[in-house]
Amino acid sequence: MRYDRVKFTLNGAVRDVAAPPAARLIDVLREECGLTGTKEGCGEGECGACTVLVDGEPVCSCIVPVAQVAGAEVTTIEGLNGEHPLQKLFMDEVGAQCGICTPGMIMAALSLGPAPSLDDVRTALAGNLCRCTGYSAIYRAVMKWRGMPIPETAGAT
Amino acid sequence: MAAVGKSVARKDGIGKATGGAKYADDLTFPGMLFGRTIRSTIPRGRVRSVKLDFDTAGFTIVDHRDVPAKNAVDLMSQDQPFLVETEVRHMAEPILLLAHEDKEKLSAARVEIEYDEEAPLFDPEQSTQVFKAIDIVKGDVAAALAKADVIVEGTYRTGHQEHIYIEPNGVIAVPEDGGIAIYGSVQCPFYVIKALRCMLGSAHPNVRVIQTETGGGFGGKEEYPSIIAGHAVLLALKSGRPVKIIYDRVEDMVATTKRHPAIVRHRTGLTRDGKLVAMDVDVLLDGGAYVTLSPTVLSRGCIHAAGPYSCDDTRIQGRAVFTNTPPNGAFRGFGAPQTEFAVEVHMDRIAEQLGIDPVELRRINALRPGDRTATGQTLRDDCSAHMVLEEAVKRTDFTRKRREYRGTNRTIGLSLFYHGAGFTGAGERNLKSKARLELTLTGVRIATGSTEIGQGTRTMHAQIVTDALAIPYESVEVAQPDTSRVADSGPTVASRTCMVVGKILEECALEMKEKLGGLTPAEYYARSGGLTVERMYEPPDWIQWDDNTYLGDAYATYGWGCDVVELEVDPDTYEVRPLRITAVQEFGRPIHPALARGQIEGGTAQGMGYALLERVVMRDGAMANSTLTNYTIPTTLDMPEVDVVMLENPYPGGPFGAKGLGELPMDGPAPAVVNALRHMGLDVREIPATPELIAACGTIA
Ligand code: FES
Ligand code: FES
Repeated sequence: MRYDRVKFTLNGAVRDVAAPPAARLIDVLREECGLTGTKEGCGEGECGACTVLVDGEPVCSCIVPVAQVAGAEVTTIEGLNGEHPLQKLFMDEVGAQCGICTPGMIMAALSLGPAPSLDDVRTALAGNLCRCTGYSAIYRAVMKWRGMPIPETAGAT
Repeated sequence: MAAVGKSVARKDGIGKATGGAKYADDLTFPGMLFGRTIRSTIPRGRVRSVKLDFDTAGFTIVDHRDVPAKNAVDLMSQDQPFLVETEVRHMAEPILLLAHEDKEKLSAARVEIEYDEEAPLFDPEQSTQVFKAIDIVKGDVAAALAKADVIVEGTYRTGHQEHIYIEPNGVIAVPEDGGIAIYGSVQCPFYVIKALRCMLGSAHPNVRVIQTETGGGFGGKEEYPSIIAGHAVLLALKSGRPVKIIYDRVEDMVATTKRHPAIVRHRTGLTRDGKLVAMDVDVLLDGGAYVTLSPTVLSRGCIHAAGPYSCDDTRIQGRAVFTNTPPNGAFRGFGAPQTEFAVEVHMDRIAEQLGIDPVELRRINALRPGDRTATGQTLRDDCSAHMVLEEAVKRTDFTRKRREYRGTNRTIGLSLFYHGAGFTGAGERNLKSKARLELTLTGVRIATGSTEIGQGTRTMHAQIVTDALAIPYESVEVAQPDTSRVADSGPTVASRTCMVVGKILEECALEMKEKLGGLTPAEYYARSGGLTVERMYEPPDWIQWDDNTYLGDAYATYGWGCDVVELEVDPDTYEVRPLRITAVQEFGRPIHPALARGQIEGGTAQGMGYALLERVVMRDGAMANSTLTNYTIPTTLDMPEVDVVMLENPYPGGPFGAKGLGELPMDGPAPAVVNALRHMGLDVREIPATPELIAACGTIA
């Protein structure tokens, strides 16, 4: 099998990996780079569990060939260093139950602008499936992060 | 400071939000191989030959002859093999196992299997092979029907449902000193132990199961992981190396269990003014190709089949039957969502025929303390059917909206439901589950086999122990379930983890408190060293149950719910848009309100998917739409606001008054949706109510 060298920035540091050009970004992240925070739920771009940021845009890393990120800036959940306020909010508001969708959810939510409406949040997260929460608690976490009022029926606890 | 009743910081820590939490696929072990399962491609027949069409160098290959003791999964019956010997009973049945250190080589390996095919049986109504039959008789239903003013009949159908935990199944078997360790995404570590003991026999006594962080279960990781663990263990034994088996989404959907499809028939007698006088119910469940848990799913389904109503003369008959489809199994609700869908849709049809308001019909018949259920159980004060009904009707202004929406493309409907907590009848007594508390230098450690699968086990158990022991919440730790180190608290199923295991923990804590004699854990430790308290569950002594007649106290207590769904239907495409859901539920007392709310919101979403979206298409005995592209679960755009109302009516036998909660929210949404559709003139009697199905059920009135 042909291995190419692919160079990109991962969570702020330059990485130079050898991988088959068609290798999926998710596999390179998890297996080559040892960053297992990016999760695989379907492998076909449908669940969003594998969401990472490429040059600031959320993408499903299970359908991106690694060759495509050459020269790009890739950010995974580990890149937030556990310091992003959304991370604590997802736990406190129970936006994470089993947690398998959570890294992807958080990465997708990062693309939201400063004063999102509930519909903006819904749209931003439409590609991310959660089977545990029914999404309401995720909205609560995201709206709190953005300092937006929480709609009555999204149930403040 | 009291912890129970407050949304305290969760014991999960921050790992789930930082990517630090380790799920099965996140673990690697030195020298680890990857495992793959070669499966049948016919629904029924016999294996004639197996040909390995690849260079086998570096491969570990396992078939049924490698099973050390018994090739049978030890569950309720031992009919299901770990690996096919010759007889194939369903599509995607495991036949051969391969392992290799290189994933590419592993997936490229080709195996040719030739079969002698036989005609498969797919229609449960044609099946004569009955896994379990139940007949619950109270009074004389035939005589009561004969005297009834009105008789209403109907047949209701529910489809398969796939769990779609976002983390697919995965297990790793790791040979270790003198034994083997299994790490996996499992709900019930001790079920896996039981299955492995049967498979391995006395030659391999030292097996332990460690639950890794688990990305959702919903019943789907109750029994099936025992099979995957068996496979990983067989490969690990043969290769002498750790073996990891992670299913991809398609394999998980095609091969693992689903919710049982059901056909439920009702024949109901009433007085002219709407009092139920006779309920004759027949329940048919499609069990699939092996028994798995079908008998208990049928049992719970039948016990809930008459709904939360009082009726002196009832008869509920049920059968779970064989078909040549992958075995169906545990799924949140465990038979009750199917039968409660049927009875609740039937109630609205009765209301329509009698010209009675559906709320009024429920007011007349809903169970009250002192009433007897279909199994003859006399309900106690913790029965809340009327309380949840009145609250939901009032909160949603149901009657006014019902009137105003008539003739528009907007509509509203409700369902009243209940769910028994814990194992059925004598189940908890027979189970003898245990919990353990261990003193640490700074506090206590909870050591049980109850798994955290997202629902909040760790946190809620720690809260109970905190308050019973009157120590700081921070000083309570929760051990990771490892069967070699924790007490067997029974499976994490049946809405029992809070009510039953939580109760044992409360008692352990009270006993420990007495033994500490006023000393802090640190003081006690310094003076006398360690201290462990282990106790067994004692169900309430008043529980009487007869497993032959199915009469008696089916459950120690029930949770109660009333869901109201408002929705819009596109008059041209019959696309349904849910606008608002109100979920009023009473489950004793919430230990952690935010986690409890999460159970209701999440269960309600699963129920909405069951009602409208989640259609499993079976073709030639296999799921044909086995991807998330064409099997759709609710997304952010499908789920409306859920207004959650948690009412309290404590159960004296639960910890701090708590009942079970996990399954209750699953029972209500589907009938509420379909009853809303009925109010528009759409005579739907089946779910999922896809646009095609609705279009065939009438035009919007
Ligand atoms: S794993 Fe990438 S979208 Fe599901
Ligand atoms: S928290 Fe389990 S899938 Fe979202």
